[in-house]
Amino acid sequence: MESTAQQPHITMISGPVVKARPAHRFSMNEMVEVGDERLVGEVIDLDEDLATIQVYEDTTGLRPGADVYAKGLPLYVELGPGLIGEIFDGVQRPLEVLHEKWGDFIRRGKTGTALPRDRVWQFTPSVRPGAMVSPGEILGEVPESQLITHRILVPPGVQGTLERIVPEGDYTLDDIIAVIRSTSDKIHELKLFHRWPVRKIRPYRERLVPSEPLITGQRVIDTFFPLARGGTAGIPGGFGTGKTVTQHQLSKWADADIIVYIGCGERGNEMTGVLVDLPKLLDPRTQHPLIERTILIANTSDMPVAAREASIYTGVTIAEYYRDMGYDVALMADSTSRWAEALREISGRLEEMPAEEGFPAYLASRLAAFYERAGQVVSLAGKKGSVTLIGAVSPPGGDFSEPVTMHTKRFVQCFWALDKELASARYFPAINYLQSYSAYISVVEPWWTEKVGSTWRTLREKTINILQEDSRLQNIVKLLGEEALPDDQKRIIEGARFIKNDFLQQSAFDPVDTYAGPEKQFLLLDVILHFIERLADVVKARIPLFRAMEPPVVAEIHRLKFTQRGDDPGPFRSIKEQIDKEINALLHRQDS
Amino acid sequence: METVTGPAMKGALEYIGLDRISGPLVVISGVRGVGFGEVVEVVPSDGQSRQGRILSISEDVAVVEVFEGTSGLAQPTTRVRFLGRPFEIIVSREEVLGRIFDGLGRPLDGGPVPLRGERRNINGLPINPVARVYPQDFIQTGISAIDGMNTLVRGQKLPIFSGSGLPHNDLAAQIVRQARLLTEDEGFAVIFGAMGVRHDEAETFRRSFEESGVLKNVAMFLNLADDPTVERLITPRIALTVAEYLAFEEKMHVLVILTDMTNYCEALREVATSKGEVPSRKGYPGYLYSDLASIYERAGRIIDRQGSITQIAILTMPDDDITHPIPDLTGYITEGQIVLDRSLAQRGIYPPINVLPSLSRLMSDGIGEGRTRKDHGDLASQLYAAYARARQVQRLASIIGEEDLSATDKLYLTFAREFHERFLRQGADENRTITRTLELGWELVMLLPEQELTRLKPEEIERYGRIKRLAVSH
Ligand SMILES: Nc1ncnc2c1ncn2[C@@H]1O[C@H](COP(=O)(O)OP(=O)(O)OP(=O)(O)O)[C@@H](O)[C@H]1O
Ligand SMILES: [Mg+2]
Repeated sequence: MESTAQQPHITMISGPVVKARPAHRFSMNEMVEVGDERLVGEVIDLDEDLATIQVYEDTTGLRPGADVYAKGLPLYVELGPGLIGEIFDGVQRPLEVLHEKWGDFIRRGKTGTALPRDRVWQFTPSVRPGAMVSPGEILGEVPESQLITHRILVPPGVQGTLERIVPEGDYTLDDIIAVIRSTSDKIHELKLFHRWPVRKIRPYRERLVPSEPLITGQRVIDTFFPLARGGTAGIPGGFGTGKTVTQHQLSKWADADIIVYIGCGERGNEMTGVLVDLPKLLDPRTQHPLIERTILIANTSDMPVAAREASIYTGVTIAEYYRDMGYDVALMADSTSRWAEALREISGRLEEMPAEEGFPAYLASRLAAFYERAGQVVSLAGKKGSVTLIGAVSPPGGDFSEPVTMHTKRFVQCFWALDKELASARYFPAINYLQSYSAYISVVEPWWTEKVGSTWRTLREKTINILQEDSRLQNIVKLLGEEALPDDQKRIIEGARFIKNDFLQQSAFDPVDTYAGPEKQFLLLDVILHFIERLADVVKARIPLFRAMEPPVVAEIHRLKFTQRGDDPGPFRSIKEQIDKEINALLHRQDS
Repeated sequence: METVTGPAMKGALEYIGLDRISGPLVVISGVRGVGFGEVVEVVPSDGQSRQGRILSISEDVAVVEVFEGTSGLAQPTTRVRFLGRPFEIIVSREEVLGRIFDGLGRPLDGGPVPLRGERRNINGLPINPVARVYPQDFIQTGISAIDGMNTLVRGQKLPIFSGSGLPHNDLAAQIVRQARLLTEDEGFAVIFGAMGVRHDEAETFRRSFEESGVLKNVAMFLNLADDPTVERLITPRIALTVAEYLAFEEKMHVLVILTDMTNYCEALREVATSKGEVPSRKGYPGYLYSDLASIYERAGRIIDRQGSITQIAILTMPDDDITHPIPDLTGYITEGQIVLDRSLAQRGIYPPINVLPSLSRLMSDGIGEGRTRKDHGDLASQLYAAYARARQVQRLASIIGEEDLSATDKLYLTFAREFHERFLRQGADENRTITRTLELGWELVMLLPEQELTRLKPEEIERYGRIKRLAVSH
């Protein structure tokens, strides 16, 4: 009995929460293994002699008295080549490996390493022995996928003289590729990968103010509520309003170097959908399969809830790691509400004092800390990289006044509010343009005017004015009908209809419409606004507006988004000419 | 406290005496060597054993939920046996199909207790997302509002959101009778899990299965309205365990009907309240989402396995409120929903499906060229846009009167009427082909002027629409 009294053991089990005693062996956030099956867990509370542990696997059958083993380090991820194209669960267990090992269903227990040890990587060193190296410095390169060159970094915290580095050649993750002697004569043997605790932000040299757009290929986003590299965005919306499709669209088309997609407590089939689509789709810029730049984290709703809580951190740590290599990373988290609910569930089992709606009082600070990990930075090695965070929010009952939406709103710079009414009319993306906003408009404006079109700003403002005027008029229409409006106001309503149908609406499932590059966005809007402006002439000439809807060019405008990719401005120009010709003819007929 | 190891139950631990009885829970102290989530037999002095499960366990206290309820249990004399294993059932094709069981899987039809087969934990295991196949085989239900606008595919979980007194049972039964795949007809089974439904409702289903001649392919698990409430937590899991076996071992296409999930959730709330847990919305536990997901996610298809599980859960929305936590969390997990509407039902329209809040998320991959027809997606989208607009016009008309509407708006009113009467409304035995449904759809959209048809491509209007216009104008 004496010997086991020292070995920590379980005293209580309630769902994913386990208590163990004695607690002095553990430190806060330390990784532990629980029971004979060595289920992975993390210490989340230490109170006198009792440790509270959240277990990342199903606890059925676990018994009081079973041993708990301290692992001596906090919950970490493995960072190194082999991440790209892979799918992991919330605590970085590789799902493909699990599938080979256990078959179609996920069991619990030991699984081996996150990154494969038998795979061989071709390493090319870029520093010479004898050099002084500091944390984050690049030691060499490994081609990880057709798209991504993996830069091998000196782990944060390690610096000194490079005693030895292997020559160019093939190495596995177990091989020692470099030896560094620190000033205090400590020897560090480095491999192609290192470990990093997930809850700790990775260090960088300097934080920059976001200054470039992250183009998503989604018109309503890029033109009206743009995102910046290193920025943050929240997508709230009730069920079925399009959060997942929007995030899938972004992971397909956003012009980031790396995509980290986290399915946090959502559907299994959605992850399967991504796994099926991404290898087939080609990056519009590089023509390589999109999977070559993507890392997936899947902790679906039926997988253990504590691992769901961890999945967000696993994802963002991986994102920071690629940022440190100098890449622009975009991370999608679908859905942050499920992460918050996991917090709530664990907190409830700890019998903590709940704040709003049963959520723990630290919900806001945890959310803030998560979005704080976004940013454009100069890495320790002096490279510019960024992490852009895009979180879906699933408010209960679609009510945006609930805690997770409210707090998210405080910490994100873009807010893409999805609207149930639009979604039910199958108007997609169902982004409500009156409720949504972006704080990056002035940030991205110079880029657009310089690279795409000098009139970008006026074009955008004119469009917004029409939409706002339209929504004011719609209130009258609701009460009196459209017929009650004078023709110049009808023109606004008719014009707004063109903007909504032919520009804002964008089908994720149409092969052409699914992605619209900046040039196409600009050209398309330019055509539509030109038409709306010409409608003013029609009204001035007292010609009934419906006559202006009859010329063949109207159908051509509707078709543009489905037929043109925007790399050639020719067709847009000729449609503008056709508009002039046909409207002029209309005016002319009236005159004579 | 007395501890005896029951001679009859090898490996089981038996204790006598309960510390506390609270709602459906009993608390036993001095317990050692038992595991979280394991099954328990609770035996009162009359010897009628009941089943239960360990909800939480500490060094000396076990909290147990008793499925059949605690009524009649006496503290000092009740015996508790810890069986040292999770809740399991025995599954096989022969001993389960064509049978009727109670909510805990015990025969109700006088037949034998299933013995020969595979023992399975009723909680199942999560399917590895890597092992899933994205569902995309169209199932024709013969119901226009579903096939045309909210298509069901094999392996989907598509619940019916209903209200008390609405014809959700008729609709579900019609789907079971008519559902078939366009391309093939292989081995299929229907698993029916009832939680707290009335006797006559269960009987209606049984008769409907019998009349359509599928009874031998059906297994029914019935927890009826007067059966113990906590048992409802087990019933859907048994149903799904059987379904998983049939789908993934016996290669069958399985349709699982679960009704009524609202009763299930209420049972969950009852247990949570008895445990004194901090509730979240409307008194439901904070883990309602995860708990429901552990049921709904047990649907789909798996690589290299031929069968599939399609899940139609039925729930009644309290006060017809779609934002109530039960429909809300369900909608957040399932792959869409079919929403029934009281005002349509009151106007005598069957099936009273309100298409606007309804959705099938797997539709886009299940339809189109080679599956249904090329124009299907755009037509459905146009029907949605037109119907949404038509409903707005109806509201406007009720304010300013029909006469003052614009000519176009008047056409939208006609559209709404025709949509309700010709597209939505159909007989309980009317089985429309997908081609017929699409034709009806085209007839409706062609009531509108062509420049209103912004979701359709000109060549589609040319090909499918113009004929309709001619047909209508004659
Ligand atoms: N951009 C789009 N183009 C076409 N269809 C879309 C688009 N966005 C959403 N949809 C449609 O809406 C459906 C629901 O979208 P989605 O699954 O993204 O909702 P969600 O907000 O993630 O819901 P939940 O919170 O329940 O996960 C999709 O299945 C698709 O049919
Ligand atoms: Mg979603």
